[in-house]
Amino acid sequence: MTAFQMVHPLLFYTLSGLMVVGALGVIFARVPIYAVLSLVITLFGMSALFVALGAYFVAAIQVLVYAGAVLVLFLFVVMLLDMAPEALFRARSRIMMVAGIAFGGIFLWQLVHVTVVIGGRPGLFTKQPVAGTTAAVGKLLFTTYALPFEAASMLLLVGIIGAIVLAKKKL
Amino acid sequence: MTAPITLSHLLALSGLLFSIGLVGVMTRRNILLILLSLEILLSSANLAFVAFSRSLGDLSGQIMVFFVMVVAAAEVTVGLAIALLISRKAGNLNADELRNLKW
Repeated sequence: MTAFQMVHPLLFYTLSGLMVVGALGVIFARVPIYAVLSLVITLFGMSALFVALGAYFVAAIQVLVYAGAVLVLFLFVVMLLDMAPEALFRARSRIMMVAGIAFGGIFLWQLVHVTVVIGGRPGLFTKQPVAGTTAAVGKLLFTTYALPFEAASMLLLVGIIGAIVLAKKKL
Repeated sequence: MTAPITLSHLLALSGLLFSIGLVGVMTRRNILLILLSLEILLSSANLAFVAFSRSLGDLSGQIMVFFVMVVAAAEVTVGLAIALLISRKAGNLNADELRNLKW
């Protein structure tokens, strides 16, 4: 198994740095269109990480659906509405700000704690890796997960009809 | 930097992205950008799913990512339609000023 043994550290740190910078760009950009374009960086980095982890089908879907369809939809709406740059981090009250920082601190502490505990156990990647090719994922999707798959198609139909009904001025 | 990448590295990245998205949801005022931050939250969950799928040698995690993407696509279409409607009715997309439902 030499094809996808492990994610190379250099690759991982480069990609994760890009992703974090992209995500920070989303929450710090004052102009909405820059925020959308910044999210593209994050999603492409994640797609590359998926390939490194052997999830080929999911990586392709990530680029096609997320970076392709969803963000283009966002761009359309942002350009359609012509929004002014907004003021950042205007907290409604001081209590909310303090509560937010406290919550974030607790969350970060939990994160570090959990990471240290799990990181202490070696050999989490020792299992035989599986390749998430289109054939393998499709086979599983149409056998074990056939019912959720049909439910997902129903959800998409509801989404389409809902969007048309909401956005159309006169039906 | 020479230490091999383990599951905890991937989970830490996922948690970091989740925290960033959460800060975005809580601090942004524009509804569109709140939706955009929600996308970061969903993506970070996807990363955790794929990391566990790789770690456990089980493809079910990647199926879950597929379903999360379907739900995200449906959520974005309806959410953006609602945002369009709000901006048409109220003139802006500021989440703080939308209190028509407040009694």
